[in-house]
Amino acid sequence: MITWGTFVSQLFNGLALGALLALISSGLTIIYGALGVLNLAHGAMFMLGGYAGYVAYAHTGSFVAAVVAGSVFMLVLGVVLERLVIRHFYKRSPEDQLLVTFGLGIVFVEVVRHFFGSLTRTLPSPGLVSGITNLGFMYYPTYRLALVGIVALALLALFLLLYKTRLGMTVRAGIEDPIMVDSLGIDIGRVLMLVFGIGAMAAGFAGVVNAPVVSIAPDMGEAILVQTFVVVVIGGVGSFPGAILGGLIAGEIVSLTSMFDPAYSQIMLFAAMTLVLVLRPRGLLGVKGRE
Amino acid sequence: MNAHRLGTTQRRFVVEGLVALALVVAPIVLPMLGAAPNTVNRILVWGLFGLGFDILFGYTGLLSFGQSALYGTGGMVAAYLLTKGGFPHVVAALTIGTLAAAAVGYLVGLIALRRTGIYFAMITVAIAEVFFFLEFNPLAEWTGGENGLPGVPVPSIDLGFTTVVFESGWQQYPFIAFWYFVGFVVALRIVRSPVGAVLLAIRENPLRAAAVGHSVHGYKLAAFVIAAAYAGLAGGLLGLMQGFMPPDAFMFHTSGELVIQTAIGGSGTLFGPLVGAAVWLFLQDFLQSTLNMGASWKLALGIVFVLLVCFLRRGIVGAVFDLLARIRRAIPSDAAAPGRAGRARPAAADAAPAVSLRRRPALGDGPILEVKGLTKHYGGVLANTDIDFSVRRGEIRGIIGPNGAGKSTFFKMLTCEVPPTSGRIVFEGRDITGKSVTEVCQLGLTKSYQVNQLFDKLTVRGNVTIAALAERRGEFRLDLLARIRHIPGLEAQVAHTLELVGLADRADTPVAELAYGEKRRLEVALALAASPSLLLLDEPLAGMSPAERVETVKLLRSIAKGRTMVIIDHDMDSLFELVGRVTVLQEGRLLVEGTPEEIKNDPVVQEAYLGGMHAVEGT
Repeated sequence: MITWGTFVSQLFNGLALGALLALISSGLTIIYGALGVLNLAHGAMFMLGGYAGYVAYAHTGSFVAAVVAGSVFMLVLGVVLERLVIRHFYKRSPEDQLLVTFGLGIVFVEVVRHFFGSLTRTLPSPGLVSGITNLGFMYYPTYRLALVGIVALALLALFLLLYKTRLGMTVRAGIEDPIMVDSLGIDIGRVLMLVFGIGAMAAGFAGVVNAPVVSIAPDMGEAILVQTFVVVVIGGVGSFPGAILGGLIAGEIVSLTSMFDPAYSQIMLFAAMTLVLVLRPRGLLGVKGRE
Repeated sequence: MNAHRLGTTQRRFVVEGLVALALVVAPIVLPMLGAAPNTVNRILVWGLFGLGFDILFGYTGLLSFGQSALYGTGGMVAAYLLTKGGFPHVVAALTIGTLAAAAVGYLVGLIALRRTGIYFAMITVAIAEVFFFLEFNPLAEWTGGENGLPGVPVPSIDLGFTTVVFESGWQQYPFIAFWYFVGFVVALRIVRSPVGAVLLAIRENPLRAAAVGHSVHGYKLAAFVIAAAYAGLAGGLLGLMQGFMPPDAFMFHTSGELVIQTAIGGSGTLFGPLVGAAVWLFLQDFLQSTLNMGASWKLALGIVFVLLVCFLRRGIVGAVFDLLARIRRAIPSDAAAPGRAGRARPAAADAAPAVSLRRRPALGDGPILEVKGLTKHYGGVLANTDIDFSVRRGEIRGIIGPNGAGKSTFFKMLTCEVPPTSGRIVFEGRDITGKSVTEVCQLGLTKSYQVNQLFDKLTVRGNVTIAALAERRGEFRLDLLARIRHIPGLEAQVAHTLELVGLADRADTPVAELAYGEKRRLEVALALAASPSLLLLDEPLAGMSPAERVETVKLLRSIAKGRTMVIIDHDMDSLFELVGRVTVLQEGRLLVEGTPEEIKNDPVVQEAYLGGMHAVEGT
């Protein structure tokens, strides 16, 4: 029997998962929107961010340091990758782009496995928000509540970056019409490099802040990648608001289905995706630009 | 690539013979090289799995990351029948598994093919993940969940008087090699069939493949089902080979390994997946046991894979083919040289349209095309407003208008590439408003594009063959085992079309090597090969040198005999020479219609083109 308390707590779990998926998916979707490259290594980047945070925590014992280290590490890695590999693929077929990012994802996973082994690692919740909070009608892990806030802040930061800065304006213009942006004399190459870095950073940040909730393992990125795809298909490729809406919907679907039977959560997620594909092939908030 | 030979004769059974020979020799030679029989069998199973995947990815251009779902389905169905199902016939169980995978592939394809490109890739990933969860939980009672299905019997064939049993190792090899061979022969027939040619065309240019009259969705779905059947058969063999159907057949990394092996070996070659699997499995053995790398072998292979994708674009087999092609080109042959000049030779006498197989309603002198109130709005932009337009049978009509007059949008609506906001299009007495570009082409209305839309990796002949195939075979036909050269009238039609546009002596040249003017003529040829009763030409003279224009005008005049054509162009001198009547569009509206003489002297037209100049002079 499902009690009121279980329902509400699952609702909260869904919110936390949804916010997290929204953050990872926004990274994926702005990379795709601006670069035209579907980053199959995105799940691995989420995992890599978690490990970078873990290493930083092991050295400093500070959660904040872990978050900063994980994010900055992924930003730098993203920029370097774009310069070294990704940008040579802009003019190649979408299939080649998928193959190379898929290969990079494998390399990331195997590098981590090589150094850390296959066993899971855990990152403790930061002291300030550890423990359990009494919400009046139920007890709920404090960190999960905080996680919703932290991720919401990150999404807000991303929103401000995309919608209130020059860089963001260029990125959004680039998503709708990359050729036009290029002909306006804007160095689109540098913008693309930054977008890939920011997208990677979003995944990395999510990887660190999620680590206290779920312990990290080298192949944790795979399941997240699949869920991220569903989010993007539901929300619409290239759409930042779509990623957020899709993320929240997906998070709640997984979480509420798990209440009845966790085995069916992925299946329900897939059913939702199919429904959207049939009714609105472009996604709920899909933009016209890239196809 | 096979593409270049499309439509030409091939030496029969040479490739099949070589593969058969290699499969017979393998168990004699490979043990000397220290290959374990299980590794060889495993490579064959991956190679078989990859044959179908190569048809899907290499030939059709659909990169699926969800093949594990079909591999697992075929394997589980066969294994279930042979274990819990108590079904004794191995071959029948394999067949049922294959059919089950094909049926599932059909359903999955219906969903995944709603979108193209990266969407397709993402959806296949998601679907594969769902199958994995289905296998593990809800269906665990049948599939054994995380334990899989143990106790799958070794392959055996009941011949009535005796039963042949394939125990293990090299004894099992003939059984698996037999299925690989069957799969290979069928795959080769498929890629050389008309369907194979259309699949290549879809990979090269799906937009044009649809525009010349092929049901792109139908053929993609066919490729998906074929790949699913191969996956199912390979999955069934996996269970037989191991005596156990493992649940990890369903896992994402199965799909991933297939993709990697195919890319390493070379996609679009049929041999690629087999070679890729061999490299993958031998390297795995080598790195693990000889170099003692332990679990890090996957890291090394991952790096190798990334480097291969970056630098060796067509994989190992592709690189070998390229090398062979270069050697062949380096050896001069007297057969390859004649007539490089590429003369445009408008054939005078035989310019009548080739006999078309299409049955068309024989209508009298009435209009072939009638358009009422055609309007197209893009948001607030009025591209076309309330255009009434009609073309008589046998007429050659010109359309002119300043840039932005809405000429191309008008053509796009006529061929149903874009739906009109309002209005009706009646072609040969039939309302075609809202039909697809493919249907309209099949009805006999098509156009040549303003910007060339060719199948770049095919030869000139290959290009025209693709268009002619749609005319001969209709929108969709599953003649998977037919031979292109056996299609009645096809060769004659292709030859006739090439003759008509003066590209007959360039027939075996790849498109990439054509001069711009030649590409323009090929663009017209693609539309012509569909034997349209109404042909639209969108700026056929655009970008041509004056000399090329003269040639092309001659060419168009010879094509025009016995046809109905509507031509958009900015070169009014050339256009007025060709056409009987001219329609002028301005700012999305029909301005005026008349003979070239009337239009030349019409003050309204002069105002439309020169209005700005008058204003300048006036001030």
